[in-house]
Amino acid sequence: MLILTCPVCGVTAEETEFHGGGEAHLKRFGPGSSEGDFHDYLFSKENPKGVHLERWRHNNGCGKWFHAARDTVTLEVYGTYPAQTSEPPQDIKDAISAKRPGWTWRDFS
Amino acid sequence: MSNTVSALNGASASGYVQVHEMGLQGMITLRGDLSAKKLVDAAKTAGGTNVPGRGHIALSGAHGIAWMSPDELLILTPYDEVDARLEGITSKLAGTHHLAVNVSDARAMFAVSGDDALVRETLAKLCPVDMSAAAFAPGQFRRTRMAQVPAAIWLPETGEARVICFRSVAQYVFDLLKGASLAGSEVGYFR
Ligand SMILES: [Zn+2]
Repeated sequence: MLILTCPVCGVTAEETEFHGGGEAHLKRFGPGSSEGDFHDYLFSKENPKGVHLERWRHNNGCGKWFHAARDTVTLEVYGTYPAQTSEPPQDIKDAISAKRPGWTWRDFS
Repeated sequence: MSNTVSALNGASASGYVQVHEMGLQGMITLRGDLSAKKLVDAAKTAGGTNVPGRGHIALSGAHGIAWMSPDELLILTPYDEVDARLEGITSKLAGTHHLAVNVSDARAMFAVSGDDALVRETLAKLCPVDMSAAAFAPGQFRRTRMAQVPAAIWLPETGEARVICFRSVAQYVFDLLKGASLAGSEVGYFR
């Protein structure tokens, strides 16, 4: 069971008040992109054992989207941060590094 | 003439707390930029109170304003005042990007009354919310999940709780509250 804090409304609740929205920080490849890029956008998702960045929605609360950094093995939540960013903020990176030195996730570390 | 009735027409149940469907209740959804003075002023006039901060509700008699999200307020008002108050918002905000809708008949509202610890326990059985007095106090407003449906809860005063849900699930929520407060099923966790 994950305990998440919605950065929009400030509520801390267990995961059943939220809904997972898949991998974070996807760059969309739509009309006009190559078949390879489009394929990877749709299907080539990260599935790490360890640090993971995800999108979540507070669907039974304020209804807003946000990001979460968590660990798929320990279920520890390193932090949550606003949806309006294309990469995790430094304090989230620092929080992950404190527990998982040397971590990487796609282009982030 | 049609006879307007609420979802459960004032149904009530008596367990270790009292559950009561509160009948017709006026509600207006107001969405827009909550930092804009114009919108705040319109909300204050329609709601009869100040606009509450994040996660809170402001109440004044039969009127009130609840903070729903960073761009949404719920205005509570007597049912027969909704049209006039909605008209007031619409005329004040003419030309300003906003949404104001009468949602009174789309919702149901319940009162849960009794011993404060047992009122809190009833809600704690159904919602993933820390209902301890230290974590949830009168004045706070919480949108959450009640068993399988969305709900919003607040405590107007000690020993009183209010629950708002969609009208379509009013019977379900009434049955939940009734079942959670059956006499003899007290846990006493918050005593
Ligand atoms: Zn939220």
